[in-house]
Amino acid sequence: MPRRKSEEDKKDGPTRATTPPPGDEPRTDTGDSRADEVLAETVVDEHERALLEKTWSNLPGFWGQLTSVNHKTVGSRFITTAFVFFILGGILAVLMRVQLARPENNFLGPDLYNQIFTMHGTTMMFLFAVPVMEAMAVYLVPLMLGTRNIAFPRLNAYGYWIYLFGGIMLYVAFVLNVGPDAGWFSYVPLSGPEYSPGKRVDFWAQLITFTEVSALVVATELITTIFKLRAPGMSLNRIPLYVWSVLVMAFMIFFAMPTVALTSLCLMLDRLVGTHFFNPAEGGDPILWQHLFWFFGHPEVYIIFIPATGFVSAIIPTFVRRPIFGYTALVLSLVSTGFIGFGLWVHHMFAAGLPAMGESFFTAATMMIVIPSGIQIFCWIATIWGGRPIFKTPMLFVMGFFFTFVLGGMTGVMQASVPLDLQVHDTYFVVAHFHYVLIGGSVFPLFGAFYYWMPKFTGRMMSERLGKLNFWLMFVGFNLTFFPMHQLGLKGMTRRVYTYQSGLGWAEMNLLATAGGVLLTLGVLVFVVNFFKSRRTGAVAGDNPWGASTLEWATSSPPPVYNFLHVPTVAGRDTLWTQPDDQPVVTGLRSDVRQVLVTKVLDAEPDHKSEFPEPTIWPLLAALATTGLFISTIFTPWAVVWGSIPVAVTLIGWFWPKKRQAEEHPPEEVKEKIGEQAALRIVEEAP
Amino acid sequence: MSARRTIDVSELPTYAFGHRPLTWWCTMSMILMEGTMFVVLLVSYFFLRTRVPDWPPGPTSPPDLFWGTVNTLVILASCVPNYFAEKAAKRLDLRRVRLWMIVTLAFAVVFAVVRVYEFRALNCSYDQNAYGSIVWLNMGFHTAHLLTDMVDTVVLIALMFIGPVEGKRFVDVSENGMYWYFVVAMWLPLYAVIYLAPRFM
Repeated sequence: MPRRKSEEDKKDGPTRATTPPPGDEPRTDTGDSRADEVLAETVVDEHERALLEKTWSNLPGFWGQLTSVNHKTVGSRFITTAFVFFILGGILAVLMRVQLARPENNFLGPDLYNQIFTMHGTTMMFLFAVPVMEAMAVYLVPLMLGTRNIAFPRLNAYGYWIYLFGGIMLYVAFVLNVGPDAGWFSYVPLSGPEYSPGKRVDFWAQLITFTEVSALVVATELITTIFKLRAPGMSLNRIPLYVWSVLVMAFMIFFAMPTVALTSLCLMLDRLVGTHFFNPAEGGDPILWQHLFWFFGHPEVYIIFIPATGFVSAIIPTFVRRPIFGYTALVLSLVSTGFIGFGLWVHHMFAAGLPAMGESFFTAATMMIVIPSGIQIFCWIATIWGGRPIFKTPMLFVMGFFFTFVLGGMTGVMQASVPLDLQVHDTYFVVAHFHYVLIGGSVFPLFGAFYYWMPKFTGRMMSERLGKLNFWLMFVGFNLTFFPMHQLGLKGMTRRVYTYQSGLGWAEMNLLATAGGVLLTLGVLVFVVNFFKSRRTGAVAGDNPWGASTLEWATSSPPPVYNFLHVPTVAGRDTLWTQPDDQPVVTGLRSDVRQVLVTKVLDAEPDHKSEFPEPTIWPLLAALATTGLFISTIFTPWAVVWGSIPVAVTLIGWFWPKKRQAEEHPPEEVKEKIGEQAALRIVEEAP
Repeated sequence: MSARRTIDVSELPTYAFGHRPLTWWCTMSMILMEGTMFVVLLVSYFFLRTRVPDWPPGPTSPPDLFWGTVNTLVILASCVPNYFAEKAAKRLDLRRVRLWMIVTLAFAVVFAVVRVYEFRALNCSYDQNAYGSIVWLNMGFHTAHLLTDMVDTVVLIALMFIGPVEGKRFVDVSENGMYWYFVVAMWLPLYAVIYLAPRFM
């Protein structure tokens, strides 16, 4: 039976209503000297708290917002921005549903419709799904690992700005009627220079570059944080499952994103300077685009799905009040999903006329991915089976995830078979399938995660009543929207048609889907209302409102800028449920500079101390320079040359040391004082 | 006895070499993602090879061997000063770090100059056909890495002269050296593909 942590010294928030006054320290021990010690410790803690607050705070005012390198500041705005793009993408979806609600509707013209479905797909994949998963990780992972900030905090700020500017660029282009219109995967030759003159596709291709840069830098930070900044004692086999899922996601980003960045570069080159990568007349091949795009595009699905399974693995144990069943099996499934995910891309290309042998191989590989997914599902079921489920809103979303994701998985298995895939290729059956997988597999867990961690983010509980309403509206609305699409696809309705004739038997189901879309939208609106309402009037959450087991719940809600008053140590999995009351904490880190403990990769033994950067404007300037470079290359290839100069200048400004590091043994001082030989000895003796 | 058990880390060092510092992981990440791009480029090269009967297609002749081979020797030789720079960094030997970094940079400059002649001896243009496009993209990709690392090295050398010379700077030098090995390692298969493959396929 898990127990709530009672150690008061973990409650290290700034002056908040949630933090009990320091006088509440437990003084259970008898004896005056003991009480004096505790009192002395309280005084020291107060001093420490003030010092850390001063050291780690953002600068004041608007300038402070622009220069912040705190993972929670950047993480919150990352999440908010991604959610705004989710709303925008949702509005585009509603517009499409309105257009398709009845036959021969002329609410939207064909050209605008093309732009809208392209923008919808591009927004949801590149500006919402991947960024929001990274954003949640940016906020949560350092807290779950018990460290003070994410690794490379300036890179983190840069990653956010680049993402924001890329998204703004795309939407400005869309508003100016140069929104991309060749579909979210921009197949050549349609997107090539011959069939898509103008700048529309160039904006799409450049948006890809923006989001890839952002994704890659964030992946770098996450991997380094997970490997090197864990609390002492948190060996690899004690990492929370959510963090494992983030690790797998980050590695997948490393192998998937460069591919699409490169291939969108090739497309730009074909369009702007007359190369022939995809031009069959000069030895190029459009199939190359399909291979390269889907070699990214399929893993992309898992980049979105894997952290969502991490949410599920975090939520379930808390709401069934027992540790997860099959930790090792779950980790292995995550890792193997990561690997197999790279061997499936050709199943998007069954209709492209590839050799039958290749198609059989990819059918088999596609079937194989069912194994790790199945293991995960069964481990979760076993966990629920062995516990006592409490159906709060996050748990409801997990249940919704089970239902929809399994349905989406079923149609996935169906489409792994080439003959069936050829029949339903490019029809609404496929649209239904991937919305079941993506919304069921990712958006439901994500909303569950919002409800689960919102008390940590804001310090206040979200309304359960509105939460349940939100869930049921979304769940019913979602199924009503997308289930009829299976049938529509089987009846021959193809994707991306802006309208259809009456008498094909499609009208009723389209109307039903539109009605479902309205419910789904209402569900999301209820979430927004719930968020704003609970932020003002919600019940105060306290440190650990759900009685959960991971480290982010050991600090106040919202967490202080420095995360933990004392860097914690870890003695087992499900830390807060299993650790003894006198679990040691880390001392000896300096509080007057931003010093962070670096630990070893496997067993997280303390290794050395690293000084983290102060707030700085350079990441923003570098992001602006990069944005200038990317956008101007759409118009002239020479921008690569002169546009690189501001990028180089801002990057040098970024890396130029601003002040001396707080080093114990600055090399030249050591040499001056004790000579060359002694300096060498110090370096070699370092553990 | 204190009321709280603690682990004291005040004696731990503030910088470290090898795979211990955070920056090593960042450099490795860069290498990993750029290595992926590089592999994708090579795959694309051979994919495009299968689309045409002759390689290089039509009357084009393969790139001339001379400058490419010279440059391969130059970049291989640059590993020697790079090795000494890295070694000096790990011994916090400022004088030798300055010396060997400058020598490495000199090799890089020579390599970059010869690169111009290499481009001239490719015997194809990027807008002539898919072969020309992929050859130029491969070369351009490697050249972009070369230039980035050179700017990096210049900045680091400047820091080693201006200061403050901190332990962390020496770690940067050793990681810069590691990245240079990557630029070298990337070139060898690229040389084989660009210069040798058209002669044998």
